[in-house]
Amino acid sequence: MAANAHEHKSHTALIWKVFGILSFITIVEVILGIIKPDSLHLTKILGTSPLNIIFLVLTIVKAYYITWFFMHMADETKSLRRSVVWTAVFLIIYLATLLLIEGSYINDVLSPLVKWNY
Amino acid sequence: MEATVSTETNGKTWSGGSNKPLGASYGKMMMWFFILSDALTFSGFLGAYGLMRFKFIESWPIADEVFTHFPFLHGIHAPMYYVALMTFILIFSSVTMVLAVDAGHQMNKKKVTFYMLLTIIGGLIFLGSQAWEWKNFIGGSYGAVQLNDGKIVQFVDASGHQVTLESFVKSSHSERAQHTRDKGLWFVEESTLAPFSVKEVIEGFNAHPELSIRTELINTETKAKTIISRADAMSYLNNANAVVKGANLKVNEYGNTLFADFFFFITGFHGFHVLSGVIINIIIFFNVILGTYERRGHYEMVEKVGLYWHFVDLVWVFVFTFFYLV
Repeated sequence: MAANAHEHKSHTALIWKVFGILSFITIVEVILGIIKPDSLHLTKILGTSPLNIIFLVLTIVKAYYITWFFMHMADETKSLRRSVVWTAVFLIIYLATLLLIEGSYINDVLSPLVKWNY
Repeated sequence: MEATVSTETNGKTWSGGSNKPLGASYGKMMMWFFILSDALTFSGFLGAYGLMRFKFIESWPIADEVFTHFPFLHGIHAPMYYVALMTFILIFSSVTMVLAVDAGHQMNKKKVTFYMLLTIIGGLIFLGSQAWEWKNFIGGSYGAVQLNDGKIVQFVDASGHQVTLESFVKSSHSERAQHTRDKGLWFVEESTLAPFSVKEVIEGFNAHPELSIRTELINTETKAKTIISRADAMSYLNNANAVVKGANLKVNEYGNTLFADFFFFITGFHGFHVLSGVIINIIIFFNVILGTYERRGHYEMVEKVGLYWHFVDLVWVFVFTFFYLV
C-alpha cells in the first residue's frame, strides 16, 4: 500500500460505516445481555441457549469487521490473508473443541461427587 | 539488496529487503504473524477458562451479579453498562487509529498527529476503566461466608435479592486487631482481616428473620442460584469457616475462586497489551511530530502499530463475550 501512497484515496466514509456497524452490534449485545428474554435464555438449542449462540455469532461478525476493514485484511493478498486467518481459525476451533469436550467430561465425572446439601 | 531501497532514511533503517513474500512489506508481514501467535496465546487462556467453566458449569458465578457497578451510581444495580462503555471506548480508539492510518496514506501529518493523540487518550481511559473494574471486583459488593469445603454462601432477603453483610451484622469488636509490623514482630505481617467474624455473621442472621441464604448451585430451569429456605440455613452456616469480602486469587465472594483467577489473569494480560500498545503509540506519536515518517516518505509505521492496536480491540471483543455475555 505504501507504494501507491500518493494516489491513495480516503476511506473515511467506510471507516465510519464500520464503526456504526460495530456500535450497533455492541448495543444489541448489551440490550440482550441485560434483558435476557426467557424465550432465548432458558431454552436450549445445539447444547446451549439460543442467546449464547447469538452472542457467539455477533462476536465473530465483529471480529470479521475489525480484521477486514480496520486491520485492512481485505487489502492484503489472498495468500497472506489465508495464511493468517485459516491458521488461526483452524487452531482455535481445534483447541476450543478439545478443551470444552474435556471440560464437560470432567464435569460428568466430578459433579455427582459434589455435595450441595448439608 | 540495499541498493534498491526506495526510501530516504540516511541508511539508518533497514528497508526490509526488496523481496516481498505474500505481497506485504517485511514489517507488516511480521506484525501479522506476531498477531497470529498472540491470538493463539489468548485462545489458550480463554480455552483454559472454558475448560474450567465447563468443569464447574453447575455452580459458575453469573457475570450479571458480579459486575454491577457504574461510576456515580453507587448502590444501583447496573449490570453490563460499565463494560459496554469500556467496549465503546476501545472501539472508538480503534476508529481514531484507523483514521490516523488513513491520514497517513494521504501524507497528512497534522491529521495523523491529531488522531494518534485521540487514540492514546482513548487507550488511557480504557486502562483507567479497567483499573476501576478491578477495584470494584477486589473490594466486593455484598460479602459472603465460605464453608469448610470452600463453597460460598451468600445472604438474600425475602425477595431473593442479595443483601450486604453490613446491613445485618453488628460488629462486637471482640476479635483481635489486624497484626501489622508496628504492633508486634516487625518481620511478621498478615493480610487484612475480614470485616466481621463468622460468629457475628451468624448472630446477625439469627436476629433478622427475613433473611435466608443461597448457594452457588445454579437451578437449570431458571438459571438462577439456588435459594435455601431459612429452616435449612443453619445446617449450612454451622459449616462456615470464614467471612469473605471481595475477590482475590485465593477466595472470591461471588463463587468459584477460579472465576477470579481467570478474570485477573486474562483481563490483566489484555490490560498489559493495552498498556504496551499505548506506550508504542506514544513513541510513534512523537516520531510523527518529529517528522520521521514525513522524511521516510510513508507512514507505514503508523499502519503497523495500528495493526497491533486493532488486535488489542479484537481480543477485547472476545473477552467481553466470554466473561460478560455468554
